[in-house]
Amino acid sequence: MSDQVQPEYDPTDPVNVPEPDVILRAEDITKIFPGTVALDHVTFNVHKGKVNVLVGENGAGKSTLMKIIAGVEQPTHGRLLLDGEEIRIRSPLDAKEQGISIIFQELNLVPNLTVTENIFMGREVVRYGTINQKYQKQIALDLLQRLEQKINPDTKVGDLRIGQQQIVEIAKALAQDVRILIMDEPTSALSAAEVDALFRVINELKAHQVSIIYISHRLEELLQIGDYLTVLRDGRLIAEELVENVDIPWIIEKMVGKSLSSLFSRKEHRYGDVILKVEKVTLPGGGGNFIVDHVSFDLHQGEILGFYGLMGAGRSDLLDCLAGARPEATGRIWLNGQEIKANTVSGRIQAGIVLVPEDRRRDGLVPTLSVADNILLASLRQYLNRLRFLAPRKEKAAVDSMIRNLSIHVANPQQLITSLSGGNQQKVVVAKGLLNTPKILMLDEPTRGIDVGAKSEIFELMSKLANEGFGILFVSSELKEILAMSDRIIVMSKGAIVDEVTCQEASEERLVMASYIGHKTNNGGNHNGREKHD
Amino acid sequence: MAEKSMTDTATTPGSTKKILAHQVNWLQLLLRGRVFIALVLVIIGFSILSPTYLSPQNLEIMSKHVAIWAILAIGQTFVILTGGIDLGVGSIVGLTAMIAGALINVGIQIPELGVVIYPHTWTILLISLTAGALLGAISGLIITRFGVAPFIATLGMLNVARGLAGIINNGYTFPNLVGNPQFGNTGFDVLGAIRLLGLNYSIWIMGLFGVVAYFIATRLPFGRHVYAIGGNENSAQLSGVRVKYTKVIVYMISGLCAAMVGLIIASQLVAAHPATGEGYELTAIAAVVLGGTSLSGGRGSMGGTLIGAFVIGLLEDGLVMVGVSSFWQMVAIGVVIVLAVIIDQGTFAMQERIARQRQLES
Repeated sequence: MSDQVQPEYDPTDPVNVPEPDVILRAEDITKIFPGTVALDHVTFNVHKGKVNVLVGENGAGKSTLMKIIAGVEQPTHGRLLLDGEEIRIRSPLDAKEQGISIIFQELNLVPNLTVTENIFMGREVVRYGTINQKYQKQIALDLLQRLEQKINPDTKVGDLRIGQQQIVEIAKALAQDVRILIMDEPTSALSAAEVDALFRVINELKAHQVSIIYISHRLEELLQIGDYLTVLRDGRLIAEELVENVDIPWIIEKMVGKSLSSLFSRKEHRYGDVILKVEKVTLPGGGGNFIVDHVSFDLHQGEILGFYGLMGAGRSDLLDCLAGARPEATGRIWLNGQEIKANTVSGRIQAGIVLVPEDRRRDGLVPTLSVADNILLASLRQYLNRLRFLAPRKEKAAVDSMIRNLSIHVANPQQLITSLSGGNQQKVVVAKGLLNTPKILMLDEPTRGIDVGAKSEIFELMSKLANEGFGILFVSSELKEILAMSDRIIVMSKGAIVDEVTCQEASEERLVMASYIGHKTNNGGNHNGREKHD
Repeated sequence: MAEKSMTDTATTPGSTKKILAHQVNWLQLLLRGRVFIALVLVIIGFSILSPTYLSPQNLEIMSKHVAIWAILAIGQTFVILTGGIDLGVGSIVGLTAMIAGALINVGIQIPELGVVIYPHTWTILLISLTAGALLGAISGLIITRFGVAPFIATLGMLNVARGLAGIINNGYTFPNLVGNPQFGNTGFDVLGAIRLLGLNYSIWIMGLFGVVAYFIATRLPFGRHVYAIGGNENSAQLSGVRVKYTKVIVYMISGLCAAMVGLIIASQLVAAHPATGEGYELTAIAAVVLGGTSLSGGRGSMGGTLIGAFVIGLLEDGLVMVGVSSFWQMVAIGVVIVLAVIIDQGTFAMQERIARQRQLES
């Protein structure tokens, strides 16, 4: 804690003097929202033709800064310099005219329109008064090819996996002539192959002198793709450095003031008997294919079993099947030796199997309810009094205990769930599951889109729960996470288990190799109209 | 050292925050109480314009009207909170009134046995209420089993129930629903005139329905499930909420409330007319929306709905008393409804903004 004192921003610091290759300079930006200072005299340089990385924990002010550059918000104080000249960006349209484009973390796509229609949304190419569909489709196809994706431009966006949707969002930005492209967490839902393709595109854009502002929580990635690095913390500029001069521990220290070793760690521990036995769980897809292909495995008490694979490998679908959310699924499961017959979500929850879903916003939370009501939603029957009414005292006790045990940061449990940060929202979803006193906890990408500090808290929580005797199933697309957290790792590809390793045997290479089994002809990523290979 | 400097920097934005939060609270309070303020303004305005507006007789008449809107709107609130809508209630009012009328004047005829059964008045009430709930259940089942949009399914019910109401007596009214002492089915007309502590019984029923609905909405798991389904059906489903079952029940509640209104009207008029309740569904929806319940579901309250029903009822009657033409009445009510929703949207946007600020702070 003693080395937490950071050098304050100093205008005479040589790094903050405008350099010739700076295309955009956000100078001395302050943004005050009623009640909070989101940005406090921050200067941010965007270097021409480079990848300018911006890091910081959630709430550090990254998104606010990007919104100012993209014209969504106006700064309270400070100015923007484009090519050395002061400009005013009053709206996103202004920003687009200046060649500034942004890919938001939350996807801005219309699910019921096709990929092509989304790419050209608001900028339709019109010929003789009607949309020139042939031309649009060709451009869309070219873009998707450039991104090395075999996505059919006529597919409805809603039918794509989230990873593919993110690719479409990137294609949409590329379809416009951009000078500065802001990417807010572009890889959070991408598989390794998709990330590689994206990075190739980024390098290509750099070669065309496009400047990129890149925000991500995946630090390894930043080192791989970034040229310049800027760290924000609590709305203040903490450091600006060439990426070649830094490493991950340095970044984390600047971001949170903690060292890396304390973030991910899983102490060795013993685990008990088989608690969950899964036999031939199968989810049929279209045309004789299987989304989940006869999956069988055992889970021990106190064990964290990780599932690795590419996007669309069927990991999330497997968890959905186990949670009872897919009534068409077949297969048998035993919990503590007793077969579970119920195939509904409520039945499985009562049996003790609880899912923390992948997409918090879509499946995990009710945005119109308070923090407390979200926490209680799945376990209301436990808080009834003799008259079968909800007893506020029992409810409050449950909410308070969860807020304390999971250290959910909330001023008042009655405030809306949407007022919490991503990491705390995720803890609320976990709390909701835990209140059902489950035996099996299934976590689907539990750290997606949350900051490093919150990630380590979620991991600590998983370790704690495993030590208390829960069986934990854990899906993650981040190799480092899954290697650090799992006692055993199952690799899935095309719906089937292709490898199973203990944490001692596991290595990044082995997991990645296994995850590509069956993908050779397909180049990974996209599984529309896939064939069965085994 | 480090901690000290952190607290120092934290105090300055913190104190500005408190001041702003204070102002926000005042505005929030004003907006949150907007329906109530509207109600007070309506009462003050009309009592100035019309000296008899607040006379006991007029209050009695007005509260009878309010009771009808309130009971319909209570059922409708449950439906709208799940994100649905029930257009069938007006027709169910008519159909259940006709069912009650037929049971009193014609009875249950079984020609094979040559018997006519005249049910007791209480049995008639029970049959009519059950019929209302069943009609609601049919709407709910069509919506959940066949995936029909609530608007369409209940639009179907609107037509079917109205048609059946006409078929029962070939479009004629059942007059003079006093029963016959010989058949032991008297008392329906007495029911309509029952007064307790100087208030018509329909007002007591409104109060009873309001209290029960409030408890269901806030203190039963079912109520919480209703809110959750309207807020995010996926999350509710994955949290183990029985979404389909809950939806069927809300339409049943709505149907039951409609049947209650049918009985109230028939007993007060001592007659059942097949056109009873025509267009009531829209007034009920208006009361719900006016009370601050969001048509997209998940947000709203029973208290708001009750006040909304009062505003609509008192406004309508007030306009009549002041002598505004029925056309201008429609214009006025239309404007009030849209205005309420515009304010609603503003409140919602503000709440979102506050939520985002809190997120930034945390």
